[in-house]
Amino acid sequence: MANTTQFNAGTPIKIAIMAMGGQGGGVLADWTVDLAEHAGWWAQTTSVPGVAQRTGATIYYVELMPGAAVEAAGRAPTLAMMPTPGDVDLAVAAELMEAGRAIQRGLVTPDRTTLISSSHRAYAVSEKAAPGNGIGDSNKVIEVGNEASKRFICSDLQALADQAGSVISASMFGAMAGSGALPFTREQFEETIRRSGKGVNPSLKAFDLGFQSAANAPVTASKIDFSKPVTEIPETASHPKVRALLDDIKTNFPAPAQPMLVAGLRRTLDFQDLRYAQEYMEHMRNIHKLDSQFGGLAKSWALTTAAARYVAVAMAYDDVIRVADLKTRGTRFDRVRDEVLAKPNQLVYTTEYMHPQVAEICGLMPAALGRWMQDSKSISNFINIFCRKGRFLQSGTLSGFLMLYVLGGVRRFRRGTLRHQVEAKSLQQYLQLIERTVRQDYDLAVEVVNCRRLVKGYSDTHERGNSKYQRLLRAAADLPGQANAATRLKLLRDAALADPEGTQLDKMLAQTAQPAAA
Amino acid sequence: MAERSFKKEVQQLRIGEGEEFRGEGILAVTKALLQSGVSYVGGYQGSPISNLMDVLADAQDILEELGVHFETSASEATAAAMLAASVMYPIRGAVTWKSTVGTNVASDALANLASGGVTGGALIIVGEDYGEGSSIMQERTHAFAMKSQVWLIDPRPNLESMVKAVEDSFQLSEASNTPVILQLRIRSCHVHGRFTAEANKRPQYTLSEAMANPVRDVSRIVLPPASFLHEQEKVKERWPAAVEFIKEKKLNEFFDGDLKDMGLILQGGLYNGVIRALQLLGLADHFGNSRIPLYVMNVTYPVVDDEVIEFCRDKKAVMLLEEGQPNFIEQNMNTILRHAGISTVLAGKGLLPMAGDYTTVVVRDGLQKFLEVHQPDVLPTMEPAGYLLPKKPSVRPAATAAASAAAPAKPLQVSEVSRSIPAVAAAPAVNGQAAVAQALISEALIEEHEIGEPGTQLGAANTVADVVLDSRPDAGTAVEAAEQPLTFHEHVKSLGTVVPARPPGFCTGCPERPIFAAMSLAQEKLGQHHISCDIGCHLFSILPPFNLGATTMGYGLGAASAAAFNVPSSKRTVSFMGDGGFWHNGLSSGIGNAVFNKYDGVIIIVDNYYSAATGGQDILSSRADNKRRVTNNPIEDAVKGVGAKWVRTLDRTYDVTKMQATIEEALTTKETGPKIIIAQSECMLNKQRRVKPLFNKAVKEGKRLVKERFGVDPDVCTGDHACIRLSGCPSLTIKESADPLREDPIAYVDNTCVGCGNCGEVSHAAVLCPSFYRADIVNNPSKWDLFMAKVRRSVIGYLQTRRGNRQAQYSL
Repeated sequence: MANTTQFNAGTPIKIAIMAMGGQGGGVLADWTVDLAEHAGWWAQTTSVPGVAQRTGATIYYVELMPGAAVEAAGRAPTLAMMPTPGDVDLAVAAELMEAGRAIQRGLVTPDRTTLISSSHRAYAVSEKAAPGNGIGDSNKVIEVGNEASKRFICSDLQALADQAGSVISASMFGAMAGSGALPFTREQFEETIRRSGKGVNPSLKAFDLGFQSAANAPVTASKIDFSKPVTEIPETASHPKVRALLDDIKTNFPAPAQPMLVAGLRRTLDFQDLRYAQEYMEHMRNIHKLDSQFGGLAKSWALTTAAARYVAVAMAYDDVIRVADLKTRGTRFDRVRDEVLAKPNQLVYTTEYMHPQVAEICGLMPAALGRWMQDSKSISNFINIFCRKGRFLQSGTLSGFLMLYVLGGVRRFRRGTLRHQVEAKSLQQYLQLIERTVRQDYDLAVEVVNCRRLVKGYSDTHERGNSKYQRLLRAAADLPGQANAATRLKLLRDAALADPEGTQLDKMLAQTAQPAAA
Repeated sequence: MAERSFKKEVQQLRIGEGEEFRGEGILAVTKALLQSGVSYVGGYQGSPISNLMDVLADAQDILEELGVHFETSASEATAAAMLAASVMYPIRGAVTWKSTVGTNVASDALANLASGGVTGGALIIVGEDYGEGSSIMQERTHAFAMKSQVWLIDPRPNLESMVKAVEDSFQLSEASNTPVILQLRIRSCHVHGRFTAEANKRPQYTLSEAMANPVRDVSRIVLPPASFLHEQEKVKERWPAAVEFIKEKKLNEFFDGDLKDMGLILQGGLYNGVIRALQLLGLADHFGNSRIPLYVMNVTYPVVDDEVIEFCRDKKAVMLLEEGQPNFIEQNMNTILRHAGISTVLAGKGLLPMAGDYTTVVVRDGLQKFLEVHQPDVLPTMEPAGYLLPKKPSVRPAATAAASAAAPAKPLQVSEVSRSIPAVAAAPAVNGQAAVAQALISEALIEEHEIGEPGTQLGAANTVADVVLDSRPDAGTAVEAAEQPLTFHEHVKSLGTVVPARPPGFCTGCPERPIFAAMSLAQEKLGQHHISCDIGCHLFSILPPFNLGATTMGYGLGAASAAAFNVPSSKRTVSFMGDGGFWHNGLSSGIGNAVFNKYDGVIIIVDNYYSAATGGQDILSSRADNKRRVTNNPIEDAVKGVGAKWVRTLDRTYDVTKMQATIEEALTTKETGPKIIIAQSECMLNKQRRVKPLFNKAVKEGKRLVKERFGVDPDVCTGDHACIRLSGCPSLTIKESADPLREDPIAYVDNTCVGCGNCGEVSHAAVLCPSFYRADIVNNPSKWDLFMAKVRRSVIGYLQTRRGNRQAQYSL
């Protein structure tokens, strides 16, 4: 090796932009190019949009070379068409899980990568479609992001864009500027937005918010608090009898269970009436007694706390009366206006999509009549004629509203309905099983309580959930005395939540049913 | 009317000589066409060259000024056949499509064109949809070039080279009387760069001149005996002429370097990646200066023997970087070197994966292996903390080496890489550990697979955290990773269970979603059926949440691919076809064929008014008024025209109940022959683009307009997500419930909702739940509206207050 090939000085800045189709990742890449070119740099961007434009995840890749270096070399630079793992200076993600994906792809490394991500989530179909809670753990990404990057700047850039009435590309551009990761001034960034000529003012506002959030970002990204706010325990209640119940909670129940009891009390009051709430408290007193008897103190009163939630849920079942009541409330009308971002000068009318089934109509009837109707084929068939099609009810017009309002008012007769009878019986079984179980296995009893989570939805969905719940309860009845009974029931419940039909649950049940091999 | 407008960008097509052009690759190629004096342009849209078609459509005025004829061809076959205009006349023509799928369709015309040869320059610009982001089967256009003997250009991926390649290709075509394929890779199409422009040129010989002075020459027609002569001509005249031209005009490029004992031969399209890989190894800079001499093949077919011999003759070893398989070029070069008696080592696929994307990492690793064998002293020394530095040259025990080979995520590469590692080859000698190594590989493969393809695209799973491991010095194995001072790699791995796959899906408000919701519901009732799918947006039905469809055989071939299932059975088959596919060939290959053969199944034609998947271009049945094309030709007429009897047209796909009933009827009716359902609603992406500005303008002007959107009552929703399993709409999402009693997140409609109505219809049809509502937002309400609102508010408000107060006394 006599003569070494002459190399020219100059190293490009490498930027990877992770986005989903339609999120404006392309706009951000184009802005970055425009920014750099106007500052005298040489810029190249590439992407592989393809079908990813349709909501899939994709990467835009930008490389920037100082103009002086290009001039000194006297020739155009040769820049890469795709990011190389371990060789990225700035990674920008338009959504938190996309930041996770960038890390997975090796585009974020601790020695050099500044990672900027919006902390908001756009859930993937797999997360949304899970019958239970399929949401991925954001904090895991934040935790890994802090370790994997040189610097991790993470804030809700989507919210900032919304606040400014703009789109996320603008707040992301602001965060890029605010991070100081690129050698351009704030003015140069802002000029780029002005040059684009579209929605300039809202974009600049979003830019500013993004800039501030990045410029003032903590050294490491902080985790997001997803814990639900604990229900506050009110001082007092206006109605003396309600106050008595509240005082009962405060004096006779352990502190950890109190917030959930207050929530349960509120729900039962809201669902039916004072007497119903008193019944709820009656059930809870029994459970609490059992809890104290079988070692609740050592278990932080897990049984009472769990039951405070699910006994209330079981008592306040979802029926037509409840739906009609909720849909006609004044607070609901206001909430809808807020949700659709209606301006004061706009009118908002809602159309409800109701599709009652024979079972629901019969359930609404006095128990004896309802049962007779349900059992009679001809009557059922007749009712079914009216149930084939879904109904549209305009709850903002007088006729629609009155219909729903009256239906909501039926609650005073609720105790006599067939549905109530069915639900009361189911509740009774539930409570009995809890009581039986806690005598043998405390932890298992807590898991039995939590099985009620399966019962949700309306019509067919409700049927499916209920059937899974029944299967779980049957399995639970056989579990006491077995090793790891509580864990096994929990695993069964997770399986039940894994798919809508309960296929996995059945598979697991079949395995459990097989006698243990000797 | 395409999805993206290039009205602003096309102004750059007018710039004159010496001015600097800045923009996307595909726009630069369009400019190059105009600079080359092209006479006519045709093509069929498809990623990554959709933009080329859209640019041309938006540039009609400029084209007309120059006297260039442009048309959107019915299919790639049409486009290829269009080049027949250059057979007898000195007219330059260019056509474009997505390859290899489009080349498959075009190959009949292409083969005939290649046989007879051309007089005027005939250029085929193909968007090579290969590698990450690709939506099609992974094949090479190279094979078509070889079989028909047309020349294949694969320029370096910078605008200057690409623009030059257009003019070169025309000249090459004319010099050798052969059509030329200009292959543009995905990223080259979308790359932003710059080049110095030349003035646009009017065609020297125009189409109308040709029409006025027709010429025919039987020797150019593919019919014996001329066809036998054509074959001789190809090898005796056209090939030598092409080689001569390539050499003389220096279409291939040589770059010198000081390590003269070695050399790299590469396809032009790989150039930037190879330079970066060399740079990462410390053997090149960022301006293309390489220590190893390069032979860059901008023409990848034919291979020029003299150039190969010249480049290799005095070198000890040469490495060929050829993306895609089979390794046509490598085979060819080995023959060339052998015939020339040159003993230079030619390394190729032995050091690189046989298949898959040649990413920078793959190329870098291949180069490193090459240098480890032939010149290890030029490789940089290790620094333990470096990420960019290469792996330490080392021979590992068999099992470990195999595990490290398995680390890169792309399964296809795994076996190839492992094959090429000497240690694995030696495995049987090491206590017979080959089986162990093999087991490790398969385990790793399974693991990769189960992580759920974190890849961004349909098939590209080349993304796992191990890439990082791989890029680090000597950190390829689990054992070694554990010894790394940094712990983050283990954590990165743990993301595998957190980061969800995000495949593409139907857009917000897509009219195809309710069709598949109805199909799902019909199957719930009538059982699972065989469903054959087609190419287009509707193919997203195969992904969650719908999971519908068993095969896809090609554009417009949905119905044809169910043709065998035409025997008596308890269940009929269902096939899908889009309106794009229908006009592409589905009318004859699918519908006509079904009618003729008395096919008894169900064919659902998804008519969304555009060729939506390729970017929303107009087609025959589009509803838009298109000044330059004839639209509004109903599919129903066409279907009936070829003899279909059972035809149902549904003009609102969002009516899920009706859609479901129609599908059920088609599956159960006693009538024989094809049951054809035409499901029509406008592509929402395009509709919103069209309607939104008009709507906003009208509202601003004070017109009374109602905007619809959907919502979910959070206290009614119980968080079962059944609605989502029948929808998958991006705007139908979830959020944490504010209710302390609920554990699961509840459904929620965000503000991107376009009010298509699918949510409500599905919850009706599937009897889901009453939590959905439609909100009608009245803009600029009339006096009557305001009066009625007042009346309603007073009555409703009174009742609400009454019940609210009663409730409030028990409030807590």
